[in-house]
Amino acid sequence: MITGLITIVLILGLLSSIVYGRKLVKTEKVDAVFGNPERANGGYHWVVAGSCSILLLWLYFSWDIARSFYPNSANELCQVAKVKESVLGINYIFPIEERTLKSTAFIERETKNINNLKSEIEKSALLDQDKNKFIYFLNETELLIISLSDENNLDLKSQNKIDSIANKILKLTEDFQKISYPPKRNEEQERKALNLLKNQTGWGATGMEIPPYPETKRGLKFEAVSKEMNVIVEEFFQIKNENSAFIKKSVKIKEQINNYKDALQDTQEIEQQYLRQISKIYGRVTRSNIFPSNTLDSVQKSVVEFDRVQKKEQGSLKIIDTFLFPTGTIVASASGETCSEQGTGRWLPKPTDTLRIFLHLLKPSEGYKNFPMLWYEMMGVNQIVAFIIPDWVADILPGKYPVHNSDGKVKPNFKKTILDIATGEFKAFSIPIPSGHIWDSFLRVFIGLALGVIAGVPLGLFMGLSRFAKGYFDPVIELYRPVPPLAWAPLIITVFGIDNSGKIFLLFMVSFAIMIVSARAGASGTQLSKIHAAHSLGASKWQILRQVIFPNSLPEILTGIRVAIGVCWGTLVAAEFLAGTTGIGFVENVARKYMQYEHIWITIFVMGMLGMFFDLAMRWIIKKTIPWRGKG
Amino acid sequence: MSNLVSDKLNMIFSSPKGEVIHALKDISFTLKQGELLTVLGPSGCGKTTLLNIIAGFLRPTDGKIILGETEINGPGVERGMVFQQGALFEWLTVSENVNFGLRMRKENKIETERKVEEWLAIVGLQGFGNTPTYQLSGGMQQRVALARCLINNPDLILMDEPLGALDALTREKMQSLVLKIWKETGKTIILITHSVEEALLLGERLYVMAPRPGRIHKEYQLPFASMGLEGDLRDIKNNKEFVSKREEILTMIWDMEEEIMGKEI
Repeated sequence: MITGLITIVLILGLLSSIVYGRKLVKTEKVDAVFGNPERANGGYHWVVAGSCSILLLWLYFSWDIARSFYPNSANELCQVAKVKESVLGINYIFPIEERTLKSTAFIERETKNINNLKSEIEKSALLDQDKNKFIYFLNETELLIISLSDENNLDLKSQNKIDSIANKILKLTEDFQKISYPPKRNEEQERKALNLLKNQTGWGATGMEIPPYPETKRGLKFEAVSKEMNVIVEEFFQIKNENSAFIKKSVKIKEQINNYKDALQDTQEIEQQYLRQISKIYGRVTRSNIFPSNTLDSVQKSVVEFDRVQKKEQGSLKIIDTFLFPTGTIVASASGETCSEQGTGRWLPKPTDTLRIFLHLLKPSEGYKNFPMLWYEMMGVNQIVAFIIPDWVADILPGKYPVHNSDGKVKPNFKKTILDIATGEFKAFSIPIPSGHIWDSFLRVFIGLALGVIAGVPLGLFMGLSRFAKGYFDPVIELYRPVPPLAWAPLIITVFGIDNSGKIFLLFMVSFAIMIVSARAGASGTQLSKIHAAHSLGASKWQILRQVIFPNSLPEILTGIRVAIGVCWGTLVAAEFLAGTTGIGFVENVARKYMQYEHIWITIFVMGMLGMFFDLAMRWIIKKTIPWRGKG
Repeated sequence: MSNLVSDKLNMIFSSPKGEVIHALKDISFTLKQGELLTVLGPSGCGKTTLLNIIAGFLRPTDGKIILGETEINGPGVERGMVFQQGALFEWLTVSENVNFGLRMRKENKIETERKVEEWLAIVGLQGFGNTPTYQLSGGMQQRVALARCLINNPDLILMDEPLGALDALTREKMQSLVLKIWKETGKTIILITHSVEEALLLGERLYVMAPRPGRIHKEYQLPFASMGLEGDLRDIKNNKEFVSKREEILTMIWDMEEEIMGKEI
C-alpha cells in the first residue's frame, strides 16, 4: 500500500523533474555553449530525477512494485509454477524445450559410445577371440536399440496406454477452460483448505517465502490442474516399451555377458575393464525406454495443446509475470509443495522488507547477535579511568606496595591508592557510553586513524626535512607500505587477538604509512623562498617547523587523512570479516552465512553512509582549515 | 657606519655530473650605508647567488662579505629580504604576515600592533590587516612583503626581482613606493632586476653583471633615483641621458646573451 504510493510519487517525481529540466534548457543563457563548465551548475532537479530512478530501479528489480500492486500475484504464480513443474518431466521427452526427441538423443549418444568402444577394442592388445566376443556383445546391444525403434515391435497394450494418456491430457485441457473447473470440494476438503489458508502468511512475511496454498479462484484452478497432471504424468512414466522379443534378447545377452565374465580370471584385468564398459552400455540401453519415433506423437500434441491453454488461462497474470517480475519469476519446488523467488527478486531485498528489518535491528533490545547496532551502555567512571591510566604508572612511583602487618591487616599507602585508581578499584558514578556494532567499527577506525596521524605526521615531516630520517626510516616503511593491509591481517590478528587491539593496530599501520607519505610530501614541497623569508625574519628552527613547514604541509596532510579514512574503513570491514565478535563487517559476514540478503544490504548501506559521513566531515574540515589551498 | 664590503667573493657549484660552474668570480665592492644598488644582468650571471650569499642562505666558496663590523655567516634579521613572488605565508592574514618577525622574536604585543598599523599605512594597505593574503592581488602581496621586511628595521634590504611578476602599471607605482621608502628610511638597498629601465630608474649605483664566470662587468653612478624622488618617473624615462644609457646597457646585455647562445650552440 505505502510502497505503491511511494512508487507513484517516485514516478511523478522523475517525470516532473525531466519536464522541468527540458523547460530549463529553453531558458538557458545563450552564451553557455557546450563545454562551458557553467552548464554544470545547479541542476538539483536532476538530483531528484537520479534519486527517483535509483529507487524505482530498486523497487522494480526487487519485485516490490509487483508485491505492492498485485499482492496476490506471487501466490497465483506459485500455482502456475506448480503446473509448469508437473509437466516438466513429460515436456523433457519431446522436442519442446529440447532440440530433439529424448529417444533420438539417447540413440545418437549410445551409438557413438558403442562405435568408439568397438574401435578401441579393435586396436587393443586383446586376443582375437576376446575381441570378437566383445564386438559380438556390442553388436547385439545395438540390435536391441533397433528392436526398440521399430514401430512394428511395439505391443498393442503399450500403444493403448499411450493413447489413453494423450486423451486424459486432452480431457484435462478441456476441463481447464471450463468456468466450473475445479469441481466443488466437499466439506471435509473445504475445511482442510481453510485451515491451511488460515496459517498461511503473506508474500515475504517470513523472508523470501511465497505463500504456497492457492488463495484465489485462478490459483485454485491451476493447483487442481497441477494435481491432476501429476497423476497423469506419473502414469505415463510407468509405460515401458518392452516387447517380448526385446525381453528375450536382452536376457540372452545378459546371460552371455555373465558367462563370459565368470570364465575370466582375476589377472585378466584389461578384459574385465572392457567388459565393465560393455555392461554399462547394455544396462543403459535396457533401461532407456526408447519409443519408436512416431509412437508418442499423440501425447506430444496433447502436451503442446495443454501448454497453449495453460498460457492462455494465465491471462493478465502472464503480463504481470513478464513486466513486474523482471529477470526471473516464481518457481515451485520439485515436490510442488513450496515456491520461491528465482532471479533478482531473490537476492535483491525489497525496500519495504529491508526497512522493516533495519528498524528491527536498530531496536537496542534486538540488535544483531545480542548486540545493538548503535546504542549506549552505562559504564562506571572507574572503568574508564582504569582503561585510560596504565597500571605501570603506580609501579614507577617511588616506594613499595604495603605488606601485611602482624595483625594480618594491610594498610594502604599512597602507591597502593594510585594502583587502585589505575586499576579502577574505586567507587564511582556511571555515565552513558555509546556502544553497538556501528559504534565499535567507528571507534576502531577513529582510534587507528588518530594514532596513525599522531605518529605519522611528525615522522613524515622529519623525513621530509632530514637526510638521516629519510634514509633511516625509508626502508622499513617502503617495505611494509606496499603490502596490501589485508595481507597483514591474519598475522596481526594472531598476534594481537581478535578484539579491538588487533584491528586498531592494523588500521594504525595503514594510516601511519599514508600519513608519513603525505606529511613528507608536504614538508619537502615547501617553497624554499618561504623558508628563506622565515629565516631572514629571525625565526628559529622550531618556529620555522611550527609556523611555516607545518601549515604549508597541512593541505597534503589533510588530503592524506581523507585517503587514510577510506583505506582504513575498507581494511576494517575486511578485518572484521576475518575475525571478531562485533562490528559492521562482522554483521555482514554472519548475514552472509545465513543468506540474509536484507542484512547484507543493510550493512552495505550503513557502510556507505558512514563512509560518506567521514568524507563530508573531512571536506568540511579541509574547507575550514585550509581555505588558501589552490589559491596561494 | 654599517657598510657592506665584499672581498673577492667566489662561488663555485659542482654538479653531481662533475660539471663545475663558476657562478661568481672575485666579486669585490663596497656599498655605503644608505646607497641603493641595482644589479642587472642576463640570466645565469649569478645575481641571485650573490643576493643569497649576502642574505646568508649560501656560504661563498671563497672570500668574505662583511656588513658593518661582522662577517656574514648565515641569515639574520639585520638583512631583510623581499622575494619575487612575495613568499607570503598564505595561511596567515596580512597583519600576521607583517608582524611575523616580531612575533617570532616575542616582542611587545602592543608595540607590535602599533608598528603593523604604521607600516601598513606606509605601504598603502590600511584596513587590510585582517584580510587573508591569498585574497590579495600581486601588487598588494608585494606591499605586504615589503612591510614584513621593513618592520624588522633591517640595516640592509635585499630585493630579488621584487617587481618582476607585476603588471606595468602596478610596477610603476611600486617603483615609486620603493624610492619613497628608500628616502624616508635611508636604508641600504640592493635590488636585483631583469628590467634595464627599472635598474636605471631606481639605482643610485648600477652593476651590470656578466655570466660565466659571474662577475661585475660594468659599474654606473646614476642620478635618476634622486630625480625620481622629486619628479615624475615617466618624465625621467624620456630624459635623453636615460635613453642613451638604456640603449648602451641593452646592447651590452644583448651581446652577452649572444655570446652565451653562441657558446651553447
